[in-house]
Amino acid sequence: MSFTIADLKKGERGIITDISSNDIPLKLLEMGCLPGNTVELIQVAPFSDPMYLDINGSHLAIRKETAALIVIEKELNE
Amino acid sequence: MSKQINVALIGNPNTGKTSVFNALTGLNQKVGNYPGITVEKKEGLCKLPRGVKAHIIDLPGTYSLNASSVDENVVIELLLNKNDKDFPDVAVLISDVENLKRNLLLFTQIKDLKIPTILVINMADRMNRKGISLNIPLLEQRLNTSIALVSTRKNEGIQHLKDLIMDYKELSLKPCLDTSTIDAEYFKNLKNAFPNQDLFKLWLVITQDVNFGNVERQEIDLSQFKTKSHSELKRLQQKETIKRYQFINDVLKEGQTIDASKATGFRAKFDRILTHKVWGYVIFFIILLTIFQAIYDWASVPMDFIDSSFASLSDWIKNTFPPGIFTNLLAEGIVAGIGGIVIFIPQIAFLFLFISVLEESGYMSRVVFLMDRIMRRFGLSGKSVVPLISGTACAIPAIMATRNIENWKERLITILVTPFITCSARLPVYLIIIALVIPKGRFFGLSYQALTLMLLYLIGFGMAVFSAYILNRILKTKSKSFFVIEMPSYKIPLLKNVVITVVEKTRTFIFEAGRIILAISVILWVLASYGPGESFTNAETIVRGENPTLNTIELEDKIAAYKLEHSFIGVIGKTIEPAIKPLGYDWKIGIALVTSFAAREIFIGTLATIYSVGSADAKSGENTIKNKMAAEVYPDGSKVFTFASGISLLLFYAFAMQCMSTLAIVKRETNTWKWPLVQLFGMSSIAYIVALISFQLLK
Repeated sequence: MSFTIADLKKGERGIITDISSNDIPLKLLEMGCLPGNTVELIQVAPFSDPMYLDINGSHLAIRKETAALIVIEKELNE
Repeated sequence: MSKQINVALIGNPNTGKTSVFNALTGLNQKVGNYPGITVEKKEGLCKLPRGVKAHIIDLPGTYSLNASSVDENVVIELLLNKNDKDFPDVAVLISDVENLKRNLLLFTQIKDLKIPTILVINMADRMNRKGISLNIPLLEQRLNTSIALVSTRKNEGIQHLKDLIMDYKELSLKPCLDTSTIDAEYFKNLKNAFPNQDLFKLWLVITQDVNFGNVERQEIDLSQFKTKSHSELKRLQQKETIKRYQFINDVLKEGQTIDASKATGFRAKFDRILTHKVWGYVIFFIILLTIFQAIYDWASVPMDFIDSSFASLSDWIKNTFPPGIFTNLLAEGIVAGIGGIVIFIPQIAFLFLFISVLEESGYMSRVVFLMDRIMRRFGLSGKSVVPLISGTACAIPAIMATRNIENWKERLITILVTPFITCSARLPVYLIIIALVIPKGRFFGLSYQALTLMLLYLIGFGMAVFSAYILNRILKTKSKSFFVIEMPSYKIPLLKNVVITVVEKTRTFIFEAGRIILAISVILWVLASYGPGESFTNAETIVRGENPTLNTIELEDKIAAYKLEHSFIGVIGKTIEPAIKPLGYDWKIGIALVTSFAAREIFIGTLATIYSVGSADAKSGENTIKNKMAAEVYPDGSKVFTFASGISLLLFYAFAMQCMSTLAIVKRETNTWKWPLVQLFGMSSIAYIVALISFQLLK
């Protein structure tokens, strides 16, 4: 089973591995959501939606349904 | 000798582009619209050394040249059209030192269009605090450009930028990367089909079709060329984006060092509180309360002053100039009309002051984040919060602010319900009627009058949310939902930017809305001063005949009232009286109701015009609109403005769609008359029914 950004908990980090879903908007990629980049979950609104992320230095918020499309490799505890 | 240099400011949202624009042009700027669309077009003049002038356009913020909204489309259309009179001689790309990597994506695209480009690295004052250091000469060399390190906050680097603009001819035109490497064969075919065209430009034109489909084809006819499917093109665009980031990463690896240990975590500290699951909402609510309190309390002082000043000015004109038609037109039509416009200035200025501070500080994005989930339950988006809050100022900019809602259904619902929000045009109507019919006195230290106003705001907001919920059930538009919002870092708002926003928005209101209000006031005066048939022209003889015993003053009052009743406007009012009588209104209010369908704020102006036409004697001081309304009685001596008719009026104004300009904007934004008509009839029926029920229950 693959991890997505939606599975992250507050403060956890991961590395984006796959963005091949056709439903991921191009705008998100342009804002830095690309394979190899680290993503950290900074804050969640109630019901974990939307999610406030730091993707490679870009701070942005996306909805959980979009977050669930972005496959990541979870970073082990430092 | 002095030819103007055309300069286009381009950049991501939140990079301080507008601050740079303000620093270059000062107040020497003008805001208009692009022809045919409601995208704001900001341009200004900047004086350069040696008497040269630069014409500067502040283009809408965009993350890339792949347009996904009308605003972004403006950027690409300009940059692809060499024949446009605004086509830039030089592009100035504004980037933010903290987000250099992401900002450079757009930079590489513009460079690839072979437009001379200057790179501005803005907010340079934050470098130390964030532990960032840059190797400027290396960056200039690798990116083939000239760089200006700018801090608008400290007013540094602007002169250097001006020098660079002056010498734009020395800029390199070398592109950053070769897009054709993402699919060599495809681009080879493209080259063969259009040997005279620039490949990257062709590629942009082709891909715009995928994203938006609105860029004019210009001289390129693509119909003969066999292109690729949408998903194939999208995949290529992804590949292009990745390639651009590779290039940028390589450049920044050498040119930028970030010492994370030096970075201070203001953002994290603020975010922990401001986006907190409980405190975040509490703080937001307190901010809203403060705004309402301020508008009610602070704005009422200058408003009362304006109201009484115009009343005395009108009296002064009447007493000073020789009596006659022009004096009357001036005193009763024009001065009353202008007063009806000027009285809005304090509130509009206060509202835009708050909104621009919230936007500038970066707080607004946190509100969007907090509210998204809640708003979605009603078919709205977190981004609907900004239009709904702006709607408290005016529905027109609010509806224009819905453009950054990506999902069409969410956007449409936001557009449809925004006019329910209590806009500043309703405020004078509310204030004056509340003052007339709600008793003074306090409840736990809060005045009844302030509470009533708060309640009216809540009713408007509640109705907006409720109708959004219903519309969400009814509307069957399927559209992919997606939502991305940047969370900018917190900044102390720049005073200059806030002031310019407030001045600009107020000025626009006065000249745009003011024109209509003034015109209608004058038309009203004419309609009230002339009438059809015998009973109007012979008013004096008729009244004199009926009341032979009255003294002069009483007689003059009677004549004036009789004239008004038989003027054109009196006839209109009398005609609709049966329809509005069950709501508790007389024919004079009826006239104000009818004219307010042009714009709500006309209500007060109309009553002012009607009442000043209707009373021959004007004692100064006694002459404010409020006093005149309080003194209005039916022929049997009972008051016109009672608690029941007042509440009924308040509710009517809370729900009715009375604003031509809003309807026009909705037509433009939805591209059909269907939705504005739905608003006009839907909202006005709700208003009628609610006002009817409330008056019948309360009377």
